[in-house]
Amino acid sequence: MKKIYRSIWFLFLGELCLGMFLTLKYMFKKPVTINYPFEKGELSPRFRGELALRRYPNGEERCIACKLCEAVCPALAITIESEPREDESRRTTRFDIDMTKCIYCGLCEEACPVDAIVQGPNYEFAKETRSELLYDKAKLLENGDRWESVLSKNIHVDKQFK
Amino acid sequence: MVKLFVDDKEIEVTDGSTVMQACEKIGAEIPRFCFHERLSIAGNCRMCLVEVEGSPKPVASCAMPAVEGMKVITKSDKVKTAREGVMEFLLINHPLDCPICDQGGECDLQDQALFYGRGKTRFVEDKRAVDNKPFGPLIKTIMNRCIHCTRCVRFMDEIAGVHDLGAIGRGEDMEIISNSPKGLGGELSGNIIDLCPVGALTSAPYAFKARPWELKKTNSIDIFDGLGSAIEIGSKDGQVLRVLPRLNEDINEEWLADKSRFAIDGLSNQRLDSPYKRDLKGKLVACSWEEAFKVLAENFKGLKSEEIAALVGDQACLESIVSLKDLMTEFNVTNIDCRPLLSSLPTDTKNRSGWLFNPTISGIEKADSLLIIGSQPRYEAALLDARIRKSWIANGLKIARIGGGDNASYPIEELGNNVNVIEHIYKNKHSYNKILDKSNKPLFLIGENLLNRKDGEGILGRIREIAKKYNSFSDKWNGLAILHSSASRVGALEVGFVPGNKGFNTKDIIDGVASNHIKLLWLLGVDDINLNKKPNTFVVYQGHHGDKGAEIADLILPGSAYTEKDATYLNTEGRVQRTNAAVSPPGDAKEDWKIIRAFSAFVDKVLPYDNISELRKRLANINKLLVIENSLIKGSVTDIGDTSTKLAKNLITPKNINYFMTCPISRASETMAKCSIAKSSLAAK
Repeated sequence: MKKIYRSIWFLFLGELCLGMFLTLKYMFKKPVTINYPFEKGELSPRFRGELALRRYPNGEERCIACKLCEAVCPALAITIESEPREDESRRTTRFDIDMTKCIYCGLCEEACPVDAIVQGPNYEFAKETRSELLYDKAKLLENGDRWESVLSKNIHVDKQFK
Repeated sequence: MVKLFVDDKEIEVTDGSTVMQACEKIGAEIPRFCFHERLSIAGNCRMCLVEVEGSPKPVASCAMPAVEGMKVITKSDKVKTAREGVMEFLLINHPLDCPICDQGGECDLQDQALFYGRGKTRFVEDKRAVDNKPFGPLIKTIMNRCIHCTRCVRFMDEIAGVHDLGAIGRGEDMEIISNSPKGLGGELSGNIIDLCPVGALTSAPYAFKARPWELKKTNSIDIFDGLGSAIEIGSKDGQVLRVLPRLNEDINEEWLADKSRFAIDGLSNQRLDSPYKRDLKGKLVACSWEEAFKVLAENFKGLKSEEIAALVGDQACLESIVSLKDLMTEFNVTNIDCRPLLSSLPTDTKNRSGWLFNPTISGIEKADSLLIIGSQPRYEAALLDARIRKSWIANGLKIARIGGGDNASYPIEELGNNVNVIEHIYKNKHSYNKILDKSNKPLFLIGENLLNRKDGEGILGRIREIAKKYNSFSDKWNGLAILHSSASRVGALEVGFVPGNKGFNTKDIIDGVASNHIKLLWLLGVDDINLNKKPNTFVVYQGHHGDKGAEIADLILPGSAYTEKDATYLNTEGRVQRTNAAVSPPGDAKEDWKIIRAFSAFVDKVLPYDNISELRKRLANINKLLVIENSLIKGSVTDIGDTSTKLAKNLITPKNINYFMTCPISRASETMAKCSIAKSSLAAK
């Protein structure tokens, strides 16, 4: 008896129908895919994307060259040099991040006492050459300026959990 | 001996020990800020609180003498709460700006707050603000961070002997102030940076340059004076960024003179980074090593051995001196000298008592009278000066001086500038003889410059006789102390870089150049001679800085500075010590002995060593102690000097020394230039 059922199931393409039925079912459901790059998925405020250096609202750069991010970076991607600025404040003269080394662990962000270095929401920074991924201070500050509205909002949202 | 219990362990300590010492003896760690072994006890930070049974309150262990039968507890809850309380109070007015503080990473307050603090503060009011003070070009002050341990005040008062610092106000209003608006005086002020347990006093030239964890640390020795203080070189990216003292009880204890600490920025200025030769117009142009050797070999050709001469400067290492000597021996040259102009230092190693600091530096503390003759230890060896002061404070050392000089940090009985004073003491006709009569271990500190005169031998001989008479020149106590201001001199004398058979000494060589008798002169880091050079005299300068020596040279061979080579030096006591390379020499510069070895191969007179260990074997052939680090080469009692030489009439005048600019490295240093300016404006005031 079992044999007869199985041969009918086989003869009438039962498995295929079952599969096609599943497909048919999903045709009436709301799709989970989005039309990237025209549509984008929602990101957590803790998303760890491209690195950026932030400024204070008055335009002063936040980084004070404490070198904690450099010390904590497990991939040794950060290089900092510092010296007193004209007003004798402690500032970096060089802030380089090798984005090809970066493993996006977010430890630098956690180590920063002034929320200067942050991992922003941008993940679309694929480049054609390797050298374009060696970020210097100007590039990082530019990233910060470009994403500041999102960055400050994210930090504000995440603050209560820290 | 006192018997007491610490954490239920019985322990015996010497009379007069403190509770802290007893606790340390059993290995219990006691946190502290104001206490320092070499300074007087202040007891004002209260961090070292421990519980003593029977006492209602915790006691400050650093200031509490250990008493028989005392029961000390260091690990109770009460002690923990007390420490947490003290820490909370200390942090009330501390700005907690660790991220921008140069002390971050090596800060006592940071470490102890982590181990003994509560981690939370209850303080919500405003913190106090304190003005920064002008401590000169070496020390940066951020007085908000000060926790009033007064270590800096005590150091300047007690060890440096410069009473420039003090504290005014009480409680929260207490401030450390300086009464010298142009900067701190003395030559040891940099040590208060190390002493400061927080970041209130930090090094100004090193400001924000690096974090302690980034630095590569190399143990080495200092060569700015004849002492050879132990140092630790901190370097990063091939650049020497800072120098800190290392502990060496025999020489520098744990201090370091300002020049040794701060002149290092001179190591990256004015460097010779490639060989230079004079072109047809007489201008120095860079060239390759091969070209340089070719020019040099051509100039050696056809010269008689008596037409060649070599001199050794103040910072040359033993390896380069020996290889230069061997090279000169290959050419049968005997015109070699390492001594300054007119120097009457003995040349034979059996008379080395005549050039060593025989009683040793720590021996100053054993002496009970000190006669300084023609020397200014304050400028020639600042740490030795601190040792003299220490001995004056601890043992009441009686100090007298012939030859004058600047003020010192201890009282000095001036015996005048006349050479006849020595003659009078020699003939037992001077009032100082009475002091010598009473003295058991007199010490005679002779400046190297004193012997740079025609009657130098006579002076040395007379002092030897005086010392002998007062039992100060024997195998038991050798009180004859020659103080050198250069790091190379003792080493060069030891390996015999002195005129050989019919050889010229420094004066003859300089005269020989003027009279065109000497046709080729090799200067190994010599920068302090004035040459009257004829056009057909060829001068080779081998060294690391473009200073006076390089200016007069026809050919420059770039060598390496003390931070760039593994080299042996003998200090003024005859102690064998080694530097270790922290960074590599700039550009095409090479280690000095390698240059000489390479040139010897170029002219087919190959020196018999291919690497440093073979060269050290050669050193061991001269004296086997020269390859044993920290060994002390001792002098014996011989008849040094010559009493029959008549003393000349000229006075012993103190040499005018600008402490901050004595060698090519310090002359190239911006920091030292700033200090020099600050000092002259201090003097003008």
